[in-house]
Amino acid sequence: MHSFFDSRKRPWLIWAGFTLIALSLALLPFALAQVGTSWVRIANYAILYVLLALGLNIVVGFAGLLDLGYIAFYAVGAYTYALLASPQFNLHLPFWAILPIGAGVAAFFGAILGAPTLKLRGDYLAIVTLGFGEIIRIFLNNLSRPVNITNGPQGIAGIDPFVLAGFRFDQPIKYYYVLLAIALAIIVITLRLQNSRIGRAWEAIREDEVAARAMGIDTRNLKLLAFAMGASFGGVAGGMFSAIQAFISPESFVLVESIMVVSMVVLGGMGNIWGVILGALLLSFVPEILRWTVTPVQEALFGRLVVEPEVIRMLLFGLALVLVMLFRPAGLLPSAVRKRELEGHGA
Amino acid sequence: MDTLLQQLINGLTAGSVYAVVALGYTMVYGIIQLINFAHGEVVMIGAMVAFTVINALAPSGLPPLAVVLIGAGCAVPVCMLVGYGMERLAYRPLRHAPRLAPLITAIGVSIILQHVALMIWSRNVLAFPQIIPSRTYFIGGAAISSVQIAILAICLALMAGLAALVYRTPLGTAMRATAQNAQVAGLMGIDINRVIAITFVIGAALGAIAGVLFGTYYGLAQYTMGSVLGLKAFSAAVLGGIGNIPGAMLGGVLLGVVEALGAGYIGDLTDLCQWGLPLAACEGGGSFTLFGSNYQDVFAFLVLILVLVLRPQGLLGERVGERA
Repeated sequence: MHSFFDSRKRPWLIWAGFTLIALSLALLPFALAQVGTSWVRIANYAILYVLLALGLNIVVGFAGLLDLGYIAFYAVGAYTYALLASPQFNLHLPFWAILPIGAGVAAFFGAILGAPTLKLRGDYLAIVTLGFGEIIRIFLNNLSRPVNITNGPQGIAGIDPFVLAGFRFDQPIKYYYVLLAIALAIIVITLRLQNSRIGRAWEAIREDEVAARAMGIDTRNLKLLAFAMGASFGGVAGGMFSAIQAFISPESFVLVESIMVVSMVVLGGMGNIWGVILGALLLSFVPEILRWTVTPVQEALFGRLVVEPEVIRMLLFGLALVLVMLFRPAGLLPSAVRKRELEGHGA
Repeated sequence: MDTLLQQLINGLTAGSVYAVVALGYTMVYGIIQLINFAHGEVVMIGAMVAFTVINALAPSGLPPLAVVLIGAGCAVPVCMLVGYGMERLAYRPLRHAPRLAPLITAIGVSIILQHVALMIWSRNVLAFPQIIPSRTYFIGGAAISSVQIAILAICLALMAGLAALVYRTPLGTAMRATAQNAQVAGLMGIDINRVIAITFVIGAALGAIAGVLFGTYYGLAQYTMGSVLGLKAFSAAVLGGIGNIPGAMLGGVLLGVVEALGAGYIGDLTDLCQWGLPLAACEGGGSFTLFGSNYQDVFAFLVLILVLVLRPQGLLGERVGERA
């Protein structure tokens, strides 16, 4: 068994595997559409969460900085897209121009947040980032007066979809491929990043900041870079979210969303890219599957809906955080270094 | 002057409640260096339980004060149980884990508590029945209600009681010893697990009462009230110097005052017309306010960020080493 799947003896196996995965990813939306179009939408959101989780993983997993306000960068990206491509200011820039702008603006906000706070100890940093997330949300809610920028709690509607050479991305299934392409690009970037000089420096900072500095690593700038890069991924995801939804409001960027992304990273395994992807997919799909099963089951048992699926979803997130930390602190698919650290050997 | 005095009174009232909640954060942090993220939810559960009991007893014809006391009397044990439970199940197993691990479980516990509360009480806002006849007094042009006076008095009593407990009793000595060095305290014959559990339980009891007071002050309670209140109280604890009990009291009161004054004056201060700018909106005594009192909640976070950046040890705290 083992020897047959040994990729060194049979290199074609790897390519066969890749082809299989690529084919199934490409055909997935058609299969999902058979079940119901809403599932394609759910798949899109799952990929969006993968993007967010990968971005947060740079901050939490690679550099070891717990960011509880990550959704703020998603919001910044989403609002950047919405303001530049909607009737709000009557601007209609093309998406390929806005997405980089959104990433840049989000990265800028990441640096603004990071600059004064990065010297803080881990748990303080977590709370400050949380406060930052809330501040952004309060501003989004209130920047409708005296000059109407964000349109306040009503949000911005009528956001343009992607248009490329006359081709309008107006259905979830079309966005699926865009999202898939962006997700693949980001996976490649993070994989390359992890094994780069920068990635190793982040790891050193995470393991022991004082020692890292003594080794000549510019800890401050590298932590800033982690914040800015993580934020820029969030910004891209936010822009996508705006385009797919065609409507955004501050409601979408609450604290709970930040915590959901943290749960995904923690559940999957901080620092391990495949683990984080798994965590994001699990925590996106399982609640949806529950949503479809729990309601009929409850109606059959009790004759009415006792526990809303939304509540079960959130309980699941909470339980995931607690149980993973108690019983499998390195996550479902632990990264080798993280595992060692969290089990307390040599850290 | 009226606005100033009025905002001071409102700020002191809210601030004294923040202070009582902040005590819960600071005690736990002082003893095991954990930000008990779920403390805000304990406060919320206290308010919800008390409001349920009070609403049930309101039509019974009992004297209003007795009804409120019974409500608080039910809330305190429930919260103590919740506080004990989360320490035992979610934090104790992780006492020797890296710092971020218990913080992450704390976030999980907070979400679980919030949604369990949502299951029990639904999304509806519980209103406080108008049973306490509120009288209003006037001092120098500012109004202070009997409810505000009662809240101030109760908070002061709680803080004094806690200070007496921590600085005057054997249990308090054990708590302070554990906070200084748990290992050595254990060698001196202190049952650390018990002391830590008691700390959680006392913090939860204070939180329960604070929840009742906060709910009474604003007249309503909802399952989401814990997170913002908790964050503000945490900011207050950090402002005073986390781990430091007098600091939490000072921080709470200061934060309440800053918030009230900020909300009271930010509108005038950021009114561009007041600054003499020639804007169309200003003609005929109009105003062009950049930030109104709806930014009130921002102040707590700004205070938190400023303190952590400029003086991380807080006003009364001691300098903490850099290594986590």
